[in-house]
This record gives sequence, C-alpha cells and structure tokens, in this order.
Amino acid sequence: MSAVSTSVPASSTAKPVAKTPAAARENKTPSWQKRLGYKGALFGVPFFVGFLFVFIIPLFYAIYESLFKRQSSGLGIGEPTLHFSGLAQYARVMQDHDFWVGMGRVAIYSVVVVPIIMGFALAEALLIDSAKARAKKSFRFILLIPYMVPTIVSTLMWVYLYSPDIGPLRKFFLLFGLDVNFFSAGMLWVSMANLLLWTQVGFNMLILYGSLTALDPALLEAARVDGASELRIAWSIKIPQIRGSMLLTGLLSFIGMLQLFDQPLLFRSASPQTVTANFTPIMTIYNYTFTAGGDYNYAAALSVVLAIVIGILSALIYGFSNRKK
Amino acid sequence: MTSATASRHGANKGIKGLSNKRTRTSVLVVLVLMAFYACAPLWWLVVSVTKTRVDLYNTNGLWFGHSNNLIQNFQQLFQYENGLFFKWMWNSILYAGLGSLVCMVISLAAGYSLSKYKYPGRSIGMGLVMCSFLIPAALLTMPMYLMFSAVHMTDTIWAVLVPFFINAFDVYLAKVYIDGSVPDELLEAARVDGAGEFYIFSKIVLPLLSTPAATIFILTFVLNWNNFYLPIVMLRGSDKWTLSLGLYSFMQTKQNALFDPTTIALAGAVLSIVPLAVVMIAMQRYWKSGVALGSVKG
Repeated sequence: MSAVSTSVPASSTAKPVAKTPAAARENKTPSWQKRLGYKGALFGVPFFVGFLFVFIIPLFYAIYESLFKRQSSGLGIGEPTLHFSGLAQYARVMQDHDFWVGMGRVAIYSVVVVPIIMGFALAEALLIDSAKARAKKSFRFILLIPYMVPTIVSTLMWVYLYSPDIGPLRKFFLLFGLDVNFFSAGMLWVSMANLLLWTQVGFNMLILYGSLTALDPALLEAARVDGASELRIAWSIKIPQIRGSMLLTGLLSFIGMLQLFDQPLLFRSASPQTVTANFTPIMTIYNYTFTAGGDYNYAAALSVVLAIVIGILSALIYGFSNRKK
Repeated sequence: MTSATASRHGANKGIKGLSNKRTRTSVLVVLVLMAFYACAPLWWLVVSVTKTRVDLYNTNGLWFGHSNNLIQNFQQLFQYENGLFFKWMWNSILYAGLGSLVCMVISLAAGYSLSKYKYPGRSIGMGLVMCSFLIPAALLTMPMYLMFSAVHMTDTIWAVLVPFFINAFDVYLAKVYIDGSVPDELLEAARVDGAGEFYIFSKIVLPLLSTPAATIFILTFVLNWNNFYLPIVMLRGSDKWTLSLGLYSFMQTKQNALFDPTTIALAGAVLSIVPLAVVMIAMQRYWKSGVALGSVKG
C-alpha cells in the first residue's frame, strides 16, 4: 500500500482522502497543521466521550443530587418531589455518627494493616532476592499464587476457613486449648487483616522484587567485598534504594483499603452481628442507596465527602513521601 | 557476623562456607514457610471440594474424606437452577474479556492522539486523565447508577460493560509507551507518502504496540474480573450476574437455609479461579512489564 501511495497525489481521482494532507503539505499553510491536529483529536474522541459519561457527569451529578432532598407528600402517595436543600445533606453527613465511625475504622485499620502487608512483602522480596537462581523463580511463582485467586473466591475461602463448623483453623487452635471465634468483635480485625495480607502480599512483593532486581549489582558487590553481611546489605543498601516504590505501592494499598467493601460484605453474611451494615464508608453508601429506602441524595452527599477525604489523605501522604525523598 | 570478620581477614574459608550455608538454609526455611502460608488455604479448598457434606463437617480439613464426592459436587453445581453457573461463567468472561478488549483499543487510540497530535484542549484532556487517578472509581458508581437508571440502562450488560470500556490509567500507559517508542519521523514519512491518518494508525502504528496492548489487556482483565462493586450495584437479574455475584449469593442463602449451599459454593469457587489463573499464567510476561511500567510512574 505505501508503495502505491507515493503516486497518489498525481492520480488525484484514485484516492482523494490520502491526497488532501499531502497536497496541502506542499503549500505549507498553518491550516494544514490545524487540520492534522483535528484529525488526530478524532482518535481521542471515543475515550473522552466515554470519560465524560462515566466520570465527569457522574461526578457533577453526585454534587448536584447532594444539594437536593426528596420529600413525599403528606399522605405518602404519588411520586416524592425534589426540593433544593442547600448544604443540609452535608450538615447531616457531619453529624452521621455511624459514617464517621466507619471512616475512622478503615482509616485506623489501613494505617495499621498497610505497613504490615508492606513489611511482609518486603521480607518476601528480600528473601527471594537472596535465594539461589532456581529457587528464585519457583518461589516467586508460588508466592504469587494468591494474587491469581479472584478477590471474592479468596474471601469466601477464608470465611469458610474461619468457620466454626467446617473450618480447620478452630480445630487447630483447640489443640492448644484455645477456643477462637474468628468473627467475634475482638478477633474480627485480625481475621480480616490476615485475609487482606494473604491476598495482597503477592502483588506488592512482585513490585518490590522488581525494583530489587533493578539495583546496580556493582554496588552490592562492592559492599560484599568490604565484608558487609547479607543482612547489613539488605538493611543499609537494598531497603533505602527501593523506598520510592515502597511508598508508591503503600499509598495505592492505602487508598484501596479506605474503599473496603467486598471483604466486609462477605464477612457480614457469616457474622451479621459483628459486621454491621455501616461497617465501612462504602458499605454505608451502598446501604443508603439500596436497602435503606433509597435515599439517593444523602448517599450522593456521602460519596462526595468520602471522595474529598480520600483525596486529602492521598495528597497528604503523597506530599509527605515526596518531601522525605 | 562471623562470616563478615572471617572474609575480611581472608582467613578460614571453611567457617565462611558453613555460615553461608546456614544463612542459605534459613532463607530457604523461611521461604518454605511463606509458601506454605500462600498455598495451604488453597489446598484446603481443593481437598474440601472432593468431600461429601458429612465429611466436610467431620473430617480433617487438610486431608481427603472417606469417599470422593468430587464429581457429584460439580454435578450439583452445574444443575443448580438449570446450569445458571455456566451463565455466570460466560458473563464474567464476556464482561472482563470484551470490556478489556474494547478498553484496549479505545485507550491505545486516545494515547496515540494525546501523544502525537497538537490540538486545542489536548493538555486539558491529559490533565483530566491524570486528575482522575485521584478520584476513587467506586465513588462514581452510585451517581452512575442513578444516571443509568434514568435511561433504563441498569440491569443490562451495558451497565457493566460501558464503564469497563473507559480506563484513564490505561490511556496514560498507552501515551507513555507511544511517547517513547513511536518516532515522529515514521509518521512524517508515511504522510509524505500520502497515507491517511487512520491508515497510519491502523497499519503502521498499531503493529508496533503489541506489548502495551497486551499489558493493558491483562491488567484491565484482572481488574474487571475482580470487580464486585459495579456488578452488585448495577445488576439485579441472576441471569446477568458474574461469578463473584453468584458465589456471594450462595453465601447469602446459607443464612435462611432450606438447603446448605456450602459444597456447591466451594465447587464454584474452585472453578472461578481457573479462567483468571489461565489468563494470568499465559500472559505472565505482560503483566510483569505492566507492573514495572506502573511503578516507574511514581
């Protein structure tokens, strides 16, 4: 095709579409540049039209909805009517005890659990890095297996493992004379943390291991020649060198954990007493949208507030980590 | 520490070797423990799926039961509501597969547009893409549900597919890759030859983009397969559910039990792992490169 197209400008009737830019180019007018730009913009149209509908409009729609209130007529018949209510929904959010308890719950929880996951992933990455070549490959694969399990499957599996009827874990602890109820208010956090650790450690290990293999081997060799022990090399050279990717993956896990939904929802089906309907902020929003009579306006206000909180927190962490770098 | 001092003085090689060996052994032991932690739960799952209901409750969780009930368990799963499970499997593959495929094409085109052309609004577009990383997608799901229900799009496959088509991070990945690997001279030369812009993109640029294309596909596929919030918000009818929703419904029915769905839930869980694992293992190379590309971003 490209061999043919060189002769196209001459035989103008053959390929009018291809002719236009080439012919215009000979004139070197700026309008040719402009037209090329518009043509190029067309490639972005499918994405940006979609982006408008699934991103921009929902964002503003949420803000719009949050400024209204649905009121049914006094007799409770007919369609409820919309009334502008200003910031009343937001005032309600501010006083929503359950929502903020849920918010604090996931925030504190993320602060505790994310470093544990990152520490575990780092340990795995360092250990694999110091193993022999063949062991490296097989362990990297084995430790990644949990990442290949769909989220719901891993949650379902652990809910059954924790189950007092069929789970082996209770029987195991009974051997030591401990009767553990994994769904009790006290143990619930540990149980869920273990589930999150199991699911997320592999992916984080992969990223950290990737950065470890990118380190300059000469640097490590120099330390070895100087007689530094492997532990010392890991602590003083490897860890400081990969701190950037640790902060990034940690931040991503943190943002993900503030939106915790799937795992607590499944835990709720096993233990509705300890996992309440408003356990996490997203669960609260889901609850107001679908189960609590469909208070959309309030759910929208909750969404906006949650987005702002997450935005502020991630900006803070990002700024903090950049300054330290 | 002994190994350090020994090697510094260039003395006794035997001691160093021994201590080195001890380090290696302990590294190996810890790795084996970690591997056990990663695999034991799945071993329990595989063992449990072969058991009868009675064995499930009464036998050792980490070993097989008295009789092998594997085939009956799968049969029971497949017969549930006239093969509804296959429908869920097909839906999951359709949503994740078609969703990622269309997303891949849209993202490559948009990345190409942002990378290689100059037009008004381009930098605003790029800014929007970057800003959208900060806004968690789960928060847009609720307003999206309200919009979709206004046009009667909820409870259709499009309610799940359309949001899957649009992924700002994929556009970013595509743009970064095209910036670095598609030379402007190549496009210029093709234009001098009189090739049209669409022809250049589809016949010259796209063949160069197999790596980012595969990377975008696999990363998006995993994301979509694991997405639970969007389908649970959008879909009501069980014939449109994904595997995840189906498994969740099994867990829900346990409470008001006329029958105990545990054995079919376990069988369904095992089968749900297969497609994702197959895709991930088959495309290993690409999601590793995607992870690397993603971490470069920071």
